[in-house]
Amino acid sequence: MKAESNLERILEKAQFAVTAELGPPKGNDVGAVEKKAELLKGYVDAINVTDNQTAIVRMSSIAACALLVRMELEPVMQMVTRDRNRIAMQSDIFGASALGIKNMLCLSGDHQSFGNQVDAKNVFDLDSIQLIDCVRTMRDEKTILGGDDEIEGDIKMFIGAAANPFGDPFEFRVVRLAKKVAAGVDFIQTQCIYDMPRFKEWMKMVRERGLHEKVHILAGVTPLKSGGMARYMAKNVSGISIPEEIIDRMVKAEKPAEEGIELCVAQIQELREIEGVHGVHIMAIEWEHRVAEIAERAGLLPRPTA
Amino acid sequence: MIKAEQKPVDEILSFLEPYNKILLVGCNACVAVCHAGGEKEVGMLAATLRMARKKSGKKLEIVEDCSTRQCEPEFVDELGEKVEDVEAVLSIACGVGVQTLAKRFSGVPVYPGVNTTFMGETEELGVWVERCQACGNCVLHLTGGLCPVARCAKQLLNGPCGGSQEGMCELKRDIPCVWQQIYDRLKAIGQLHRMEQFIPAKKWGTESRDSGPRSILREDLKL
Repeated sequence: MKAESNLERILEKAQFAVTAELGPPKGNDVGAVEKKAELLKGYVDAINVTDNQTAIVRMSSIAACALLVRMELEPVMQMVTRDRNRIAMQSDIFGASALGIKNMLCLSGDHQSFGNQVDAKNVFDLDSIQLIDCVRTMRDEKTILGGDDEIEGDIKMFIGAAANPFGDPFEFRVVRLAKKVAAGVDFIQTQCIYDMPRFKEWMKMVRERGLHEKVHILAGVTPLKSGGMARYMAKNVSGISIPEEIIDRMVKAEKPAEEGIELCVAQIQELREIEGVHGVHIMAIEWEHRVAEIAERAGLLPRPTA
Repeated sequence: MIKAEQKPVDEILSFLEPYNKILLVGCNACVAVCHAGGEKEVGMLAATLRMARKKSGKKLEIVEDCSTRQCEPEFVDELGEKVEDVEAVLSIACGVGVQTLAKRFSGVPVYPGVNTTFMGETEELGVWVERCQACGNCVLHLTGGLCPVARCAKQLLNGPCGGSQEGMCELKRDIPCVWQQIYDRLKAIGQLHRMEQFIPAKKWGTESRDSGPRSILREDLKL
């Protein structure tokens, strides 16, 4: 065991893992974090805490993760390379580990021009793959990046990263995954999947390279709330592909929210059958209260206890 | 070459407000090529400034000149007499030229008339695009001759992010994703294997301006 996290234990036992996402508040409202976390307790194995997602200033991922640890919940700390250089990131990884955080997700992060600090200077000292390499070095070689200073203590971190099978160029997407695996990633959470044929094609390429035996892939899903949301995402969010028939189904639905949940449950069941998919990552954006129902209806409950 | 754009006239006028006589000096190198600071622009800007000041009731006398290369002391020396005769200098060379003037004429205020923007290529007449950030350790041999440091908004070194779609960057849908272009180019020249190569953390500290101003010393050329 590399980090002895609940998530690692479940994946190593070849059990189907379930993770969800929690967006911290735009302020110091501890109650808001606790309320969202309570809604997920017992229904998922670990909770991703986003790091200023879409470049909107929020409570830091590390602080919100520490609040989850205090509630005896297991966080996956997301860390983007947009805002911090390698000094700050490695320092925060020391701190996160000291606070009991055992999983992290290495990302480059949404560009600041999408958020509420458009005049910010971005950092990108490292990219996401270099960050994976950095954390792996800290954990396995017990030194900081490029140095021989021995780390005081053990950085036990289960290392995650994202993959987007819907970005272009498509043939490169599996190569990018291979680079992440070579850099030392332990688990992958994918971009939300609506285009099942393309995802299956990507998974086939993953298996052809034998990558499914080297990394745990958690398939990402996001329940659609309305036809408008489906249309908006398809049109405005780069790297997301939503087939026309799904948009159509959502637009025509009498109860769109219920339709979205039903669709999500069916997607999870379909994803579970794909060889190499070891879990599901439910990104219910500001819909944390529906995660339990999705997990229940998809047959993912009860969750194994550690 | 270095690209620049003229500053707004009101901003320039605000610098010149205290003065009655200035030297406006351009540069016949890079900034002349991008029509921001050459001889022609010196004439046009001088006319604009004179007219604006005349209108405001406080006339401005402008001596015009244009250096061959304002980043070289021997050409800047030629301005000596003219500088002695004015209260301030307005330079429409790049930021390098402004500083060479300021260093040479230590007792005279020197103001910039352009914003120096980037090092780039002329895509077509009137269109210039950034191509190099002078990071100090060229990776173009790994990336098919297209630079991700200068051309990727996230300066990613290991391939396109998830936002690359149909060849375009997620940031601006009319800007090509340089990593898609790198991919296509490597494919065309039979070097697609380079996309699999891990490029480790860059040494920004020793290679870029992050360690302060860089310098080159060539003993073989020194007098």
